[in-house]
Amino acid sequence: MDQFNQAGKQESITPNNPETLGKHRSMLAIIVTKFFQNKLAVFGLIMLGIIVGAAVFAPLIAPHDPNYQTLIARLHEPSAEYWLGADQLGRDLFSRLLYAGQMSLLVGFAAMASSTIIGASLGAIAGYFGGLIDSIIMRIVDVLISFPNIFLLITLVALFRPSPFWLVVVFGSLGWMGTARLMRGEILSLKRREYVLAARTLGLPKWRIIFNHIMPNAIGPLIVSATLAIGSFIIAESTLSFLGLGISPPTATWGNMLSSAQNLTIFQTAWWYPLFPGLMIFITVLSFNFVGDGLRDALDPRVVEK
Amino acid sequence: MTTYIIRRLIMTIPLLIGISIITFAMMQFAPGNPAVLDVDPDIPPEAREAQIEALGLNDPLPVQYARWMGGVVTGDLGNSYISKRPVVDMISERLPNTLILMFASSVLAVVIAIPIGIVSAVRQYTKTDYAITLVSFAGVAVPNFWIGLMLIMFLSVQFGWFPVGGVQTLNADFNLWDRLHHLFLPALVLATADTAALTRYTRTSMLEVKNQDYIRTARAKGFKEGKVIFKHALRNALLPLITIFGLMLPTFIGGSVVVENVFSWPGIGELFLTSVNQRDYPVIMAMTMFTAFLVVIGNLIADILYAIVDPRIEY
Repeated sequence: MDQFNQAGKQESITPNNPETLGKHRSMLAIIVTKFFQNKLAVFGLIMLGIIVGAAVFAPLIAPHDPNYQTLIARLHEPSAEYWLGADQLGRDLFSRLLYAGQMSLLVGFAAMASSTIIGASLGAIAGYFGGLIDSIIMRIVDVLISFPNIFLLITLVALFRPSPFWLVVVFGSLGWMGTARLMRGEILSLKRREYVLAARTLGLPKWRIIFNHIMPNAIGPLIVSATLAIGSFIIAESTLSFLGLGISPPTATWGNMLSSAQNLTIFQTAWWYPLFPGLMIFITVLSFNFVGDGLRDALDPRVVEK
Repeated sequence: MTTYIIRRLIMTIPLLIGISIITFAMMQFAPGNPAVLDVDPDIPPEAREAQIEALGLNDPLPVQYARWMGGVVTGDLGNSYISKRPVVDMISERLPNTLILMFASSVLAVVIAIPIGIVSAVRQYTKTDYAITLVSFAGVAVPNFWIGLMLIMFLSVQFGWFPVGGVQTLNADFNLWDRLHHLFLPALVLATADTAALTRYTRTSMLEVKNQDYIRTARAKGFKEGKVIFKHALRNALLPLITIFGLMLPTFIGGSVVVENVFSWPGIGELFLTSVNQRDYPVIMAMTMFTAFLVVIGNLIADILYAIVDPRIEY
């Protein structure tokens, strides 16, 4: 994911736009303006608003109980009663998708939060203190990053069969390495900048240099990588649930809905059942990526407003 | 150059040791060792103890680790707890299927991504470029197992254009066409994310080269645009892409677990999933080690190729 987004980045360096020079606006105002000029980012933000809203207000929106089985409605096709059809147990697919969204989004957000906290702290420690601590942390990163992520995830999840809470812990403890590298790099480059040296020369206390001068400049890339991470954690959770290893039924997630839709009879007769849960994952992840990419451009001072 | 390669090789040794320690530790903390738990209740406890002793599970951890590593280094990965067969045999009989899949995917990725990436760069900021960018965003965001399900449902089950899964028609003799027919969909699904990423890389790389002085010189000499693009720009734009292959390896290996599951493709990914569900520790350990090893090798090759390809790199 990160590699992918890096690839599109370089061409955006353009000379300063004369119209925007000389105007005095706050940094935040510039960032917000730049973000809203990016159509894809705005589209992603609107979609996320709808998806998160639908998940949060699922009890109000859902026309049916997500776990209520109506046997005569088994694999019912989309209709006025069942908007997106029904599954093999006669449960309303639309209602289940809303509730599944709660779980999938919650796991995605929580995993992002834990991996970002772990990665940012360890990366900052490594970058700021350097020396032996730095070497130890970064060698751990090198080793952990060498395992294809899915193999470690599957092994841990299959052997320990975690609850959703521990699933988040597993995601957090296997997903922090990229963030740590990023944070370390930021701190390393920032702590040698002239303005930090100037702050030090002025005799500012260490904590003020770190929190007022270094952190605000390192937070941008961190927000971008956190946004993109939510998408990849949602994919990871649904992959595990699809393989029957993540969150198990009856709690619906988009992934385990797809798992029960993987069936020849359903493929022959009920195209809506495997279609919609995957579409939800796809749109959600795409939207997070659009927003993340938009944030990156908005936070990058080399990308100038149109 | 040689010293660089040697130094780079030496750097991987601690990495491999770290990988082996983590793999080993993970198995030690894992509950439910089948040799201890899943045994016939009719077997007397003494016999069970004897079996645990025979497997060496009572020895101190460093001893167990040393024994296991000694085996790994000499190519002996132990025997499966379930089938009692050597793990090396189990992996090596599945490996060709996975390698075929990965090879086909990388061919597809290159054949699709590079031309599209070039078009995207040549037509920068046109509708075509935006459309390609959009599609490559989609390719990265789409869950590969879902794409697999959709292709099976529509193309295989409903239209009957492709087989539902497997390597070849059951009990049939070897037939190249039949093999390719079975290979196409899984290879396409496995290639999705990397095709999208490679398209972006090609585009960026081409754009970078496009603004170089020697391209302007070529244009100034009056060469046709096609010649400028293909003969002058493309050659130099493709060089850095060689290294991307090493970096694509992890996504291929990781993706193979899911794709092989969806398409019932009997490769190492499927072996891994089965072993994990059966808690077959020797196989899981071997597979985890092996795939991490492949990733390390992939990165190594990428670094070395990069040093060879780009004369500006100093070692």
